[in-house]
Amino acid sequence: MELNEIMFVIFGAVIVFFSILTVTSRRILRAATFLLFVLVATAGLYFWLNYEFMAAVQVTLYAGGIVVLIIFSILLTSNINDRFEKVAGRKVIFSALAAIAGAILCITTILQQEFQATEALAREVNMNVIGRSLMNYGENGFVLPFEVISVLLLAAMISAIVIAKKSKSK
Amino acid sequence: MAFNIYDFTSFTEWIDQGLRSVMSPAWAVITELAIIGIVFLVFYALIGLILVYAERKICAFIQCRIGPNRVGPYGIFQTIADFIKLLMKELIHINKADKLLFNLAPFIVIIASFMALSAIPFAKGLHPVNLNIGIFFILAVSSMGVVGILLAGWSSNNKYSLIGAMRSGAQIVSYELSVGLSILTACVLIGSLQLSVIVESQADGWLIFKGHIPAVIAFVIYLIAATAETNRGPFDLAEAESELTAGFHTEYSGIKFAFFFLAEYMNMFLVAAIAATIFWGGWMPFHIGNWEGFNRVMDFIPPIIWFFGKTVVIILIMMWFKWTFPRLRIDQLLTLEWKYLLPINLINILLMALIVLLGWHF
Repeated sequence: MELNEIMFVIFGAVIVFFSILTVTSRRILRAATFLLFVLVATAGLYFWLNYEFMAAVQVTLYAGGIVVLIIFSILLTSNINDRFEKVAGRKVIFSALAAIAGAILCITTILQQEFQATEALAREVNMNVIGRSLMNYGENGFVLPFEVISVLLLAAMISAIVIAKKSKSK
Repeated sequence: MAFNIYDFTSFTEWIDQGLRSVMSPAWAVITELAIIGIVFLVFYALIGLILVYAERKICAFIQCRIGPNRVGPYGIFQTIADFIKLLMKELIHINKADKLLFNLAPFIVIIASFMALSAIPFAKGLHPVNLNIGIFFILAVSSMGVVGILLAGWSSNNKYSLIGAMRSGAQIVSYELSVGLSILTACVLIGSLQLSVIVESQADGWLIFKGHIPAVIAFVIYLIAATAETNRGPFDLAEAESELTAGFHTEYSGIKFAFFFLAEYMNMFLVAAIAATIFWGGWMPFHIGNWEGFNRVMDFIPPIIWFFGKTVVIILIMMWFKWTFPRLRIDQLLTLEWKYLLPINLINILLMALIVLLGWHF
């Protein structure tokens, strides 16, 4: 095996291992930490593909942003001695079956696709190109989804404030 | 072998070719990674020792004391003695803590600062990874350090630790915005995120002179926000000794405490190095327009000395901050960020864009 393939196997193993730990851990903050490892390993995969911009976005948004938010809310709400209830045996079997069925469906679909290997060298994605297409409304432009998402975030923020500031007199 | 203090490119290539001639390419890469890792570990420890000593001496100087003066001449071996003491201390186990996370937290903090260090250009050719999104990469990986602090505070099962971690988290997350925006202001002028390009573009003048007004504003905001992001005084309310014993690392002892301590000083070095690279031209010598003789003299000083000189000046400014200003309260801290720094930053970035579009920069 080449070094390249070994790296892929390592990243894949880390992702699978910690994904399983994330959903099976009975302590909520441990689950969040394992999720962090999964997201960082995914960023590693992007680095492995030479797509550094995506990798850095993955680390900033997911590892530095969303996981920190999750940990923050856990810090505010849960006690260190809290544990999730043990899941009943039947539920474990059925959810494991559902997960395995989903995985089989995905893997068979991917394997049916014929992938063409390209001979072209990996291109470095220039920041200027990304910036231009993000702010472009013409062809290959992403300004509409960019702005629509900001409206969504604004709505989420306003609703969070409305819920938090509910009057206590009622 | 062509060792040249002004350009390390040939030196690193010589090492690379030497390794490739004795082993397969894959093993050469692994050996190079190991070499760089060991060099960084030594560097990390050295910087930690020197900065702790410098901080104690400068603090003493500002407070009209003498400072460490017993171990070695002027007390220069004091920090080494301290570290030996720290290494030999007992690692205290806490029964009701979450042991896995408790032991993991110092490593997350230290790995984040280690990864950020890897993208800093130290001198010409002495640049471990030259990514085309260099500065964004540094911001991304250093934002992971806060996870370690939050985990440390929560898993200690101690109210002081938890309060310290919450304060620290709120502070780092909000000041990250100002750090990012002020760096973005600089990147508007340069037009690139690659650190080698950023340094090269300042060959004819450092950014703080080229971008004049908005660049100076961005530099000042960066300095304030970066001091806050490293949890240093006057923003050190996360470990305010008088209220919270020691904040998030109250329960840590021995080498694990030393990790937090080292990471804190390393983060200070990192933010100073970033400021030096982006605003003061990194390893670029100081040049003035057409003064040929003056520029020659400046070129004679090796780039690595320029880099460390600039970084040390910024570190000294940050230490001066710490021992001069009183500590802020948490509400004052958040007011400063959200009501002052952020709006100023947003206007400043527009001003910089205007100046770039009109060509009013040098």
